[in-house]
Parts: sequence; structure tokens; C-alpha cells
Amino acid sequence: MAKNVLEVKDLKMYYFTSRGAVRAVDNITFELKKGEVLGLAGESGCGKSSLGFTLMGMPTPPGKIVGGSIKIDGREIVGLPEDVLRREIRWQKISMIFQGAMNALNPVYTVGYQMIEPLIYHKGMEKEEALDKAMRYLELVGLAPEIVYRYPHELSGGMKQRVVIATALLLEPELVIADEPTTALDVVVQAQIINLMKKLKKELGLSMIFITHDLSILAEVSDRVAIMYAGKIVEIGDSEKIYYEPAHPYTQKLLAAIPRLHEDVEKLEFIPGQPPNLIRPPTGCRFHPRCPYAMQQCKEQIPELKEIEKDHYAACWLL
Amino acid sequence: MAKAILKVENLKKYFPIKRGLIAGLRGEPHRFVRAVDGINFEVHKQEVFALVGESGCGKTTTGKLVMKLLEPTDGKIYLEGQDVTELRTQEEIKAYRRKVQMVFQDPFSSMNPRFRIYDVLEEPLLIHGIGETKAEREELIYKALEMVKIVPPEDYVGRHPHMLSGGQRQRVAIARALILNPTFIVADEPVSMLDVSIRAEILELMKELKEKMGVTYLYITHDLSTARYFADYIAVMYLGRIVEMGPAKVIIDNPIHPYTRALLAAVPEPIPERRNIIKEVPIKGEVPNAANIPPGCRFHPRCLYMERGLCDMKHPQLVEYEHNHWVECWLAGKI
Repeated sequence: MAKNVLEVKDLKMYYFTSRGAVRAVDNITFELKKGEVLGLAGESGCGKSSLGFTLMGMPTPPGKIVGGSIKIDGREIVGLPEDVLRREIRWQKISMIFQGAMNALNPVYTVGYQMIEPLIYHKGMEKEEALDKAMRYLELVGLAPEIVYRYPHELSGGMKQRVVIATALLLEPELVIADEPTTALDVVVQAQIINLMKKLKKELGLSMIFITHDLSILAEVSDRVAIMYAGKIVEIGDSEKIYYEPAHPYTQKLLAAIPRLHEDVEKLEFIPGQPPNLIRPPTGCRFHPRCPYAMQQCKEQIPELKEIEKDHYAACWLL
Repeated sequence: MAKAILKVENLKKYFPIKRGLIAGLRGEPHRFVRAVDGINFEVHKQEVFALVGESGCGKTTTGKLVMKLLEPTDGKIYLEGQDVTELRTQEEIKAYRRKVQMVFQDPFSSMNPRFRIYDVLEEPLLIHGIGETKAEREELIYKALEMVKIVPPEDYVGRHPHMLSGGQRQRVAIARALILNPTFIVADEPVSMLDVSIRAEILELMKELKEKMGVTYLYITHDLSTARYFADYIAVMYLGRIVEMGPAKVIIDNPIHPYTRALLAAVPEPIPERRNIIKEVPIKGEVPNAANIPPGCRFHPRCLYMERGLCDMKHPQLVEYEHNHWVECWLAGKI
């Protein structure tokens, strides 16, 4: 049995605004095994990116972790002081590939200069040695090593995204969070980046959390999938289960809303209404106002994730 | 065959590139970005014609040319037989715009945030002098909102755009296009900024309007899955040319051009078994700069089947490969 790289338990992260606390991450529990890719999906505002940043130990202000635990490789990181997080955890144990590669690089420095900074800071490497390592990682992501001498504006969008991926891997983290890594890219480049992620997973045995709103892309990379709605995980399980036997009404509706390339779809389904305000989320099941099967119980009691079959969990009173 | 509502003939749009002072003194020639470079297509009544391609292929420029937001360098655009490129006076152009309306990509920035929904919808009526009295206009506004299922309209007319969700805003944008009862709608990536569920909602709405009200669309998108779902015809664009065109299903199920095949291979599909397979996209390199278009077939530097002496020398033409299925490739049917 592979060991767990990440264990998250009852994690809560709220944004404290003048109008009240926005419960963007509310009681999230899951784990990730070594070498596994977990896909995290949901509509905008469901808290998936917030969860990603929280796992890095850097919730975006005014967000604060208010409870729960995050264990990376067995070590608790909630409550660690910022300098310890920066020195020992971030980028070394867990790193992140940001959304919008176009803006993740500094335009006034060469690619090499930006890449070696963490190596010098964290590992105390000499410049030569660090540059050498940066070049090896550029090759790993399918770029020419000479790219280290180039400036970001000389690269195409796909090349920049590869540089961002190489940088995230430089300190050999156990776990990488990829937040919408292909969103701004054209389809051909997107497919190439997805292939790269698959290759890295295979060659480096990388564990990954892949965040996107696009369930089609998610299917291409994920071993397991977690569906988030209004700050909570409503269903989690093996990809095949989620895509072919979705249990939660929300997952079912989301899948029925995707137009298929090689199938005739008579009518796309959509979910009426809109995601709730997370300052005052609905009582009971947060999905009940939009759920076609809602019962009295759904309005009153919050459903917990329960195992409906082996390794397949869903939070719904109907199950 | 039904008569074409929109007919585009040999349409070209070249954007000049600013020449530096030194280049000017040296007498270097003017250079152009050939954004749209000789395209032909027809759209029939109550049809959805999709222009599909990657960023920079010229699909949006084509949409703007059809809207008469840009003047073509060369070529003709006919709407119901009338030559659009000949329209010169303000009145003529205004009358044309009444017939052709547009839905934009971003419902968050396509509406004046200080306007109420009522004002958003009243503006086109005032510009085109439709509805003599306030009561008449109000009725038209309510009707348009009901058409896009913003009901009851009384609850919404007083709101500002920020008080609506993304899906509702895009519905209002569609209502604004429909209120003039146009012959033709240009929809430029109308669903690409929306969440999956809202995307389905808007596609369903546009489809219903086509079937019930006979709306004709030019649908501009990068997404082949939604094109397959919504469009009757698909034209695939690459560097300013249409490289393949035909009924949506034929293009998706029997693509001939190597570029179409590559695009299709790149589309992610919700099939989890594929996660451990690395399926290479049959294409090399990256899209060249539209200011430096390769000679011969413009796809040849990226094509896996390129034949030296042919593809890199001579420009292929769009020919009818089989009934109603057009391909611009020297090797069509041979690969």
C-alpha cells in the first residue's frame, strides 16, 4: 500500500470580510497517496483554488485557516510560523503551478535567473551548479536548455507554461498543486502540456492535485476525482466511478452539461439557479436549493461524506 | 438549396505593420499581418455556421468584418444579396447593423455597469428609432427578456448588471441582440468564459432561439465540442485561411485536413481510461507569426505529411473533396 503524501482533515479556511466570514473551504477531508493524481473540480467560486492556496500554507488575505489539519508527509503544517513554512515546506515539500503562465514570470529577468533563485536560497547551491540543474529540468519538460538565457517575452505561451512547470519541480517536491495550468492555452498546446504532466507523473512518480473547472481535462490526468460545491467536497472517488457512476446529483448534472465530441447529445442539461453566497450558505445540504431531488431532510441536516462503495464517497441524503 | 443569407467572397483583411524610421529611409517594403487572406463561405437561413480555430487564426477578424466594424482590404460580403462592402453613408450602415447583431465573449464587460437592464435593452431601440412611445418600448423590452427566460421581467429591469449572475448577464446580452429582430447574429465565443453548467444553459437557449425564431448565427469559437453540438456547419481556420469546411458531423467524424485532425486529437474528452495513455497530437512546432506566412501551404512547416517540392512551393486551393465537404490540402484523400 502506497503511503499518504498528504492528509487533510476537517480543514476550514474562511475569508474574513466586512460583511462576514466567507466559508470558502469548509470541513474538507481527503488524502493523497504517493504517485497519485487527484483532480479537483467545481464551478467558479466553489473554493477549489482557495483550497489549493491553503494547502500551500498561504491562504490569500483576508483568508485564514480556522481549523483542521494538513499533514504533508506526516508533518503537520497548520500553525507553523511563516519562516519555517518558507524555509522547509513551500517549494521543497509542496509546490504550485499557477494559473496564467503568461504572468507568472518576471519580464525583466532571464528564465535562468528566475529558476535558480530558489536553488541558491534553499539549497545553497553555487550559481553554476544551479544553472546546470535548471537546464536539466528544462530538458525534462521538453525545452532546449539554452532557454535559460532567454527572456519570457521571447517564449510562446506553451513554452512559458513549461518553464513554470520546470520551476515548480526544481526543488523536487513530493507534491505539486496545479491550478488551472492549461486554462489560457490553445487546444493543441493544452494537449501537449497535459501529455507532459502525464509523462512527469510516470517518470518522477509525482503526486499531484490538479485543479480545473473542465471535467474533460480532468479525466485525462486524474486517478481520483473530488467534486467541490460551495466550499465542500460533495463526492470523491476513482475516476471511473465519478465519470461512469456518479452518485451525487450535482456530479450527475455537471457531467450531463458537457457537450461530447464523438457522441450525439440531444439536449445538454444545466443546473438552474446559481451557486450560493458562502457568507450565509443554505442550511442543510448546500446544494438543496438547486437539487431536483431535494427532500425535507436535505433542508435541515448537513449530509456528511459517506462511503457508498469501496473508496467512493458522497455527501447526499438520497444515498 | 435554400438561398444564402450571408455570402462571403474572397474576403481579405491585411493590417499594416508600422515601419520604423530607419526601415522607411532604407525603402524597405511595407509589411502586413494577413489576418484574413481570401476566404469564401455561405450561411443559410436558420443555420449555425461555426468558425473554429486557435488564437490568431483570423476568426474574430472575420466576425468583425461581417459586422462592418472593420473594412476589408479586398473581397465582398453579401447579406441577403446586398453588397455590404458598398455601404458608405451613416444611414446605410445603421440600417445594416439593425439586421446584424453581435453577442460578445465577456458578459461582465459588454454592458455599461451604470445602466439598468432596462437601459441596456432600451438603447438599441432608441438608436434605431423603434417604438414610438415609452410604453411600446417597454413592451418590446419585456418581450425580449421573456424570450431569453429572464422571468418575470419586472423583477430584473431595474437591476444593474452586477446584480445578475454570469449566465443571466449573457442572457441579457442575447436579448439585446434579439430586440432588433435581426436577420443574423455574430456570436464571438459567447460561452467560453462561462462555467460548464451555465455554458450548457446558454447553448440550449441559443439553440432554442434558432429553432423557434429562425435565428441564423455565425458562431466563432475555439471549442470543437460545442461547435459539434451547436453548429450545422464548421469551417476550420488556420492563419487566415479556411482549410476545411463542411457539415459539423462530417468534419468531426471524417476530418481530411491534417490540421483538423490535429485539432480534433487535441480535444480533451471526459473518458478517464485515457489517463495513462500519452496520445501525441499529430502536429509539430508552433503557429508561425501571421506577418511571416510560410510559402506554399501555410500549414506545411507543421505538417507530418508534407511533400517537399509540392506543399512547400505551391499554395493549395479549397476544393470540394466530396459533396459539400471542402478541403485545402494537396494530399487530401491520400493520407
